[in-house]
Amino acid sequence: MLDQVLPKYKVLRDEDECVQCNICVKECANDVHGLRKERGTLRADHAKCVNCQRCVFMCPTHALAITRWPQVDAGSENWTLRYMQDIAKQAQTGGVLLSSMGNPELYPLYWDKLLLNASQVTNPSIDPLREPMETRVFLGSRPGMLKVNEREQRIVSPMPIQLKLDVPIMFSAMSFGSISLNTQRCLALAARELGTYFNTGEGGFHEDLEQFGENAIVQVASGRFGVSPHYLNAGAAVEIKIGQGAKPGIGGHLPGEKINAEVSGTRMIPEGTDAISPAPHHDIYSIEDLRQLIFSIKEATRYAKPILVKIAAVHNIAAIASGIARAGADIIVIDGFRGGTGAAPKRIRDNAGIPIELALASVDQRLREEGIRSTVSLVASGSIRSSADIVRAIALGADAVSIASAALIAIGCHQCGDCSSGKCNWGITTQRPELTCRLDPEEASRRVVNLIRGWNHEIQEMMGGMGINAIDSLRGNRLMLRGVGLNEKELEILGVKHAGE
Amino acid sequence: MQGSEQIRLGTMPFKEANEQVRASLEAHDAVELHEVFAQRYLGCALPAGKSLSIHGTPGNDMAAYMEGGTIEVFGNAQDQIGNTMDGGRIVIHGRCGDAAGYAMRGGSIFIRDDCGWRVGIHMKQYEQKIPVIIIGGDAGSFLGEYMAGGVIVLLGQAGQYLATGMHGGRMYLAHEPTPHNVSEGLEICALDAADERELEPLLIEYKERFPESANKVPPVRQFKKLVPLSSRPYASLYTANG
Amino acid sequence: MRIPSGCAIAAIMDRSGKRHDGTDILRSIALMHERSNGLGGGFAAYGIYPEYEDLYAFHIMYETPEARSAAEEYLGAYFLVEKQERIPTQEVTSIKNPPDIWRYFAAVHPMKLNMSGLDEAEYTMRHVFHVNSQIQGAFVASSGKNMGAFKGVGYPEDIGEFYRIQDYEAWAWTAHGRFPTNTPGWWGGAHPFTLLNWSVVHNGEISSYDANRRYVEQFGYRCELQTDTEVITYLFDLLARRHGLSQEMAAHIMTASSWDDIDRMPPDQAAFETALRTTYSSALVNGPFSIIVGSEEGLLALNDRLKLRALMTAEKDSIVYLASEQAAIEVVRPDAQNMRPIEGGVPFVVQLDEVAARKRACPAENQPYEAALTHETGVMPPRRQESVHA
Repeated sequence: MLDQVLPKYKVLRDEDECVQCNICVKECANDVHGLRKERGTLRADHAKCVNCQRCVFMCPTHALAITRWPQVDAGSENWTLRYMQDIAKQAQTGGVLLSSMGNPELYPLYWDKLLLNASQVTNPSIDPLREPMETRVFLGSRPGMLKVNEREQRIVSPMPIQLKLDVPIMFSAMSFGSISLNTQRCLALAARELGTYFNTGEGGFHEDLEQFGENAIVQVASGRFGVSPHYLNAGAAVEIKIGQGAKPGIGGHLPGEKINAEVSGTRMIPEGTDAISPAPHHDIYSIEDLRQLIFSIKEATRYAKPILVKIAAVHNIAAIASGIARAGADIIVIDGFRGGTGAAPKRIRDNAGIPIELALASVDQRLREEGIRSTVSLVASGSIRSSADIVRAIALGADAVSIASAALIAIGCHQCGDCSSGKCNWGITTQRPELTCRLDPEEASRRVVNLIRGWNHEIQEMMGGMGINAIDSLRGNRLMLRGVGLNEKELEILGVKHAGE
Repeated sequence: MQGSEQIRLGTMPFKEANEQVRASLEAHDAVELHEVFAQRYLGCALPAGKSLSIHGTPGNDMAAYMEGGTIEVFGNAQDQIGNTMDGGRIVIHGRCGDAAGYAMRGGSIFIRDDCGWRVGIHMKQYEQKIPVIIIGGDAGSFLGEYMAGGVIVLLGQAGQYLATGMHGGRMYLAHEPTPHNVSEGLEICALDAADERELEPLLIEYKERFPESANKVPPVRQFKKLVPLSSRPYASLYTANG
Repeated sequence: MRIPSGCAIAAIMDRSGKRHDGTDILRSIALMHERSNGLGGGFAAYGIYPEYEDLYAFHIMYETPEARSAAEEYLGAYFLVEKQERIPTQEVTSIKNPPDIWRYFAAVHPMKLNMSGLDEAEYTMRHVFHVNSQIQGAFVASSGKNMGAFKGVGYPEDIGEFYRIQDYEAWAWTAHGRFPTNTPGWWGGAHPFTLLNWSVVHNGEISSYDANRRYVEQFGYRCELQTDTEVITYLFDLLARRHGLSQEMAAHIMTASSWDDIDRMPPDQAAFETALRTTYSSALVNGPFSIIVGSEEGLLALNDRLKLRALMTAEKDSIVYLASEQAAIEVVRPDAQNMRPIEGGVPFVVQLDEVAARKRACPAENQPYEAALTHETGVMPPRRQESVHA
């Protein structure tokens, strides 16, 4: 059969600069670079390149760059090269297209259409370098009203257990198996250093990382990998994963290639078998069943751990979130359709779900209409790209955000989207020892800590500009946002005015 | 840490009931519960060395995350018993509801009579942990769906969509399923010697635990084995596309 | 449209409960003329209607005769009005186009109250909301018992003269001179803002407004005026009246201890403060403000946590004075003692002596009144739309 799949990228090598050091050859697990026998020079097999840019960064003479494959399509805006290539691939394999990372399509990016407010005259801005500026957040359920003894200065009814975040940023779930142990350790180290939490994902909790339990959220997904009473009690909180923004309505599938001895031990399944997470939890076919699972975990943890419930942002998100709050979840995590993944069917990733901005705004508003917003915490995730996105998310109504792609980018991810191959040249989404050793957890965690510290300072600057000195006063404070280029309906859902109003 | 205690639950809310049961289990090795009506999570994360007898109808998620010990139900059990169970033994003198043994990784569940739908769904095994479910009566549809490990023994008839997505473990069936009820990727075969060594003691234990139902147990040679052809059922389903 | 405004505030209260006429408060607020711009002034007075102390005293402003007949018909349906009259005013040159201002002394309709499933305060509050939001051209300026608000568009000293406040005797007076950055041209928008027995005068602009608004609106409040004062009033009503916390505790919640301070506290105290902050995090009021809250208990003054606004206090015998500027106290009481600023984030409470004595005998635990949510009682439909394009 004639291979009608074109390369996606073209490797450009500046022959004048190339010193034939062979570093590119050694660094590329995809075997892109090789020796051209007849001339003794290096050449590239373009079709194998995934544009991870490892060689570009490692090349000592900057002789390498990667560009798109120059082939043009027939000029149709409809039958673009991309769609034609997808068809070619499926015609050859009969398979379901599998992609990684987040939805790359051109849907509206509402973050970029929301502008922040700042004080002028009527209210002073506050300089975070010299005045207190609080970014600490507590997550958990809480009573609508507190019963206290004012004279003795004590609470009469006990408070539900809370998670304390010194920065309003957590790391989203990424399982050991989908990412390397070094990557998970890097996030664990960063979480401890920053006073926040990383999330084990659904792949169990590696024993080497249990020392980070105080900063860990352990996840229970439909596959229940590694779930045991010990596991449920090993972290600071337990997250029930119902869905993920990158693949709403779809389960997980870690291919057998990634299930080596270590992964197998942590997931408690045999080596080399596929780890399949069913699409639904088969003990949850209705909202009251979620309550049953939440309370089974509460019973197994003696009510000492907050329970998070993570859902993908889908059409009826507001009603679903309200049901989750009433089912007894302490923290609701909403993952928007741009959220990343280690692997998802491309058509699902690119076509299912809704933007986190709209989902978050409508959930926050619905919970308020029902008078229960203050009794439950709300976390937004699904492509938070900068501190300004965080400020917007909190102003729309989130208590905190979770990030994953941004943290991975901080440690070398270049969003090539080839995670599922298991050949990540940056040592992040791979289990091959020769690749995982490329990521030094200590050094990587310093990069993540730097990123979050920088972001947190920027958050403080933006809050200061608004005349706000505690993040509590930013939460749900939608007057701090104005829309640009949004229609009436979008403004209504976001609950913001248009710029100039 | 000796002796047993009796507790009457009636219609007590589950949280209170479980607190009492846990407290009692800390002081005694065996606890008997009477007049049980739908209290959830009884025996949740039960540790090894403890035993719980339940008279009445325990609620959903009985024995969730169970680690060891024994739970014996004198009556019928509801849905999702032995959810994510890790060890120990559950004995049901009656029938049980849907999704029993969901994601179960160890231990065994003996069900005297029928079971509901999706029983043994996503059962898995790991190293020496091989979970077992024995069903004395008929099973609802989707028995052993997604099954990734362990053993299911069925003495009665299987429902539809038997073991769809099964990619590990084995099922011993007293009645050979009709061919259309065996989905692609699965295989019906005869038991080998190792299988017989595995099945025989389970049947003996069933007969000992439920002497009144011993006549339901056919000889070992009548059983057929259902196994997946691959532990990677979806290996060729996808085509990479960055 | 939300209108930020700067202001002057002042208050005078006699802890013994002895009543004084409005002369002093008028002089005190008049001295701070430069802090207002003639676009709003007003007073709240406590103890002015002893002969009707058990009845709600509704002060209502009407822009049209139709508004008055509609409001009176509505009031008549839900309250038993014992007396109604025009509030006496006198002509002041600078006061242009005043509305028709009436007062009503009324009791709740006992059977309708019973049917509503609400308590009396909640019932009254919701009907006040109804008049303000549904009856065009009518605005309830105050709705407490034995108290009233006198406010309008103009400099506070002119408003005081217009309402003849020297003819009233009160044990507590608060006053407000407004400097809005935009012309509302509307008497209802002047301060003090009141609800039931609460009155709030406020200087500054809070940056947490929308966070606070969206918090209280969960519980049936409607921020129609979109002013800081309004939302602060609702926060006090929610925390103190409904949740049964002391006013001081309500104010402490609104200016909560900093995490730095909490981290240095002994564990029990830190747990207490953490519970308050986490449960009531959306009640934290941010940005520069100084407020004086009046109620049947007395006065409470509060500055923001960073102490961005000035508020002074002094006393003489049983009388306590508060004002944005020191001289506004000295002008009426040159011999005032113990002149000092109100600290940032520390509630300053002035209670009637008899209230203070009563409080000491009360249980230490808050006795909350949990109001049923509007949509649960079905008394009035919840307001679903956000005022996005208001």
